[in-house]
Amino acid sequence: MPLYKNGSFFQDPWSAIPEGEAISPAGHVIAPLSWWQAERQAFEGSNVPIGVLIDPGTPIAEFLEDLPRFALIALAIPKFQDGRAYSTARLLRERHGFKGELRAIGEVLIDQIQPLLRCGFDAFDVTDPVTQAALEAGRVPGVTHFYQPGVNEAPRTGARPWLRQAK
Amino acid sequence: MYRYDEFDAAFVADRLNQFSDQVARRLSGELTEEQFRIHRLMNGVYLQLHAYMLRIAIPYGTLSSRQMRKLAHIARRYDKGFGHFTTRQNIQFNWPALKDIPEILGELASVEMHAIQTSGNCIRNVTADHFAGAAADEIEDPRPYAEILRQWSSIHPEFTYLPRKFKLALSGSPHDRAATQVHDIGYQLVKNAQGETGFAVYVGGGLGRTPMVGHKIRDFLAVEDLLAYTQAIVRVYNLEGRRDNKYKARIKILVHEKGFEPMREAVEAEFAADKSDLLALPQSEIDRIRTYFAPPALKEREASSLTVEARRARDPAFAAFVDTNVSQHKHAGHGVLTISLKPIGGIPGDATAEQMELVADLAESFGHDEIRVSHEQNLVLPHVALDDLPAIYDALNADGLATANAGLISDIISCPGMDYCSLATARSIPVAQRISERFADGPRAKDIGALKIKISGCINACGHHHVGHIGVLGLERKGVETYQLTLGGSGDEACTLGDITGPGFSYEDVVDAIETVVDTYVGLRTDAQEDFLAAYRRVGMAPFKKALYERDSGADI
Amino acid sequence: MSQVISANRLSDGIVVFRAQGGAWVEQLRDAEILADAAAVKAALGLVELDVKANHVIEVAAFEVAINHGHVEPLHLRDKIRARGPTTHPLHGKQAAH
Repeated sequence: MPLYKNGSFFQDPWSAIPEGEAISPAGHVIAPLSWWQAERQAFEGSNVPIGVLIDPGTPIAEFLEDLPRFALIALAIPKFQDGRAYSTARLLRERHGFKGELRAIGEVLIDQIQPLLRCGFDAFDVTDPVTQAALEAGRVPGVTHFYQPGVNEAPRTGARPWLRQAK
Repeated sequence: MYRYDEFDAAFVADRLNQFSDQVARRLSGELTEEQFRIHRLMNGVYLQLHAYMLRIAIPYGTLSSRQMRKLAHIARRYDKGFGHFTTRQNIQFNWPALKDIPEILGELASVEMHAIQTSGNCIRNVTADHFAGAAADEIEDPRPYAEILRQWSSIHPEFTYLPRKFKLALSGSPHDRAATQVHDIGYQLVKNAQGETGFAVYVGGGLGRTPMVGHKIRDFLAVEDLLAYTQAIVRVYNLEGRRDNKYKARIKILVHEKGFEPMREAVEAEFAADKSDLLALPQSEIDRIRTYFAPPALKEREASSLTVEARRARDPAFAAFVDTNVSQHKHAGHGVLTISLKPIGGIPGDATAEQMELVADLAESFGHDEIRVSHEQNLVLPHVALDDLPAIYDALNADGLATANAGLISDIISCPGMDYCSLATARSIPVAQRISERFADGPRAKDIGALKIKISGCINACGHHHVGHIGVLGLERKGVETYQLTLGGSGDEACTLGDITGPGFSYEDVVDAIETVVDTYVGLRTDAQEDFLAAYRRVGMAPFKKALYERDSGADI
Repeated sequence: MSQVISANRLSDGIVVFRAQGGAWVEQLRDAEILADAAAVKAALGLVELDVKANHVIEVAAFEVAINHGHVEPLHLRDKIRARGPTTHPLHGKQAAH
């Protein structure tokens, strides 16, 4: 899967875990949350990098305890109109201090890249060819002035403290 | 009213560039219709029965004369010379070309207007009392808060892909003219025991297919918490609202299915968990924005105007106009003037470019340059001196804008219906026109008194029929239009949904049915002071049902 | 059951009808009448190309009746769509008559 991170495409160091297979000792697989919940005992005391794939709308309380254990969280966006991942991402970053890779996976299209970034995503699994082409050409549509705080945006002083601007 | 600073102007310019680019990518095919539709909608562009439709935002229904003139220019240059004012205080144009829309939006941006988020599954135009800042019964002007909510909700990265549309309304007066209890969130300004101002907050109200009155989730929300608390509600909705069925996706359904108490707990928990003060509203900022809404410098005048009284004595038409269309202003010697866009037999809410320009001129000359759009599809000049009423009346009268029917039976609220809307199941405008003509007689209408008829051309209820004193819902049965009546609805502080009378009426018979309802009311009211709604609440449906459906002959078999 | 295919032109949103040979016309009287379901299916297949080429959107077939050579939609909604709003006789396609 073409992985877009920090402004360019990379060879993805992570892969999806095939159904029913064991996780390799090297880790770097993204497992469905249900798999992790079934297998977590086996990883007690291990520091194999773990990635989990979370379905939209899954309450964070279901995996909050294990958050420090995850190197990567992939939030599924099955249809681009499904906005649940945006709230989950913001909560993971702002409320729970998640520092690992936060990846958007699913129907990730070019016009959603900016709002996804502002909600705390830092990696994107991009399969749509038009989106890939636009990202490769550096054409990320968006606005430069924001009326509300986003993740990792420096606070503004003075009038209207909720304003932000793109750097 | 609010004036853009550099940031606001840059924001709108940004969005215009972004959407112009999206239009270009659509026309070139880089974006498919499915990918483009969501951006088209979030910039107010619908595809309707005959053509595209552009819905322009009029934040909390407030306009300057300069802005109204620009709307007139757009009507003339890009459309067919008229516009339609809506039940959410916006304006719609029915015939714009997609390829012209970036240019139209550029024209709007030059007068600090836009069409951002007037459609789509996002937070829509924030509406407020159309008499805000003027009405004698007001606690406080809610519009500074409406403006703050408008800004915060504009292109919000977290709330751009909600399960469904989301509508906010604010009232600053104990008499709710903004229908706050049938909005997704309604905010009612109140004072607590210490005399501090805050909001009573209602959540989960709405009309449409499953109308519901909102639940009061907070008796008192401190003003500084307005954005943080709103974020909590919208976030819970974003995460938990249904996405499997478009007709069950509003927050009212979530409240209903989750239960109000669990919903309240979830919102309060989310609000409490947010330890950042990123969204706290500093009082200095509220005060700064409030200065934009400072009342105009109104001259000291006598409470009563000799000019008005003299003219009233010799001109019954003028007298009717003043008695019906002028409401009490908080400042002596002034009035809040409703300009009816419901001429007898006319199309409710429509105004020609010439009429818009006339209203702009009058606002400039006599109205301290302020115009309002009400969700009942009329225009308002909120600050007029009573002494100027004769001159204003004469000017309005010359252009068909002096119909003395504000709040009366012919002041009908109607969606565009099947003449324009691709969702409609029946025509609504011609029904409104025929009702208006049936009750054209001024003295008869005056005698009937306050009566809000609201007509929707389909179950989506854009005509707000559920909260009409008489509601009309246009449906289709076996290819034929049929109209269902509801009685006793009200969008005010005693918010009630109307009751269905029974079987529907044909296009031919519906006006007779409404006349039957009206005659029944007149026959059973205690006196002329008991208005329709009060009478209905006293006697209930039975007498009306009997009059409508029980016949003593078999004439209709 | 006779049908006609309608759509909206992408650039300006105006309602258009598919004519014989595939051109899009603004007046219903110039549209191709499709006599049966097979004809409709074939025509819709060809129309896909126009959609992909971004000429039209919202393609749909609707039922018509022929009365003395005059084409009339069966349903009120399609009648209004083919003529224009009943409330503004000078607007829409009816104004061209």
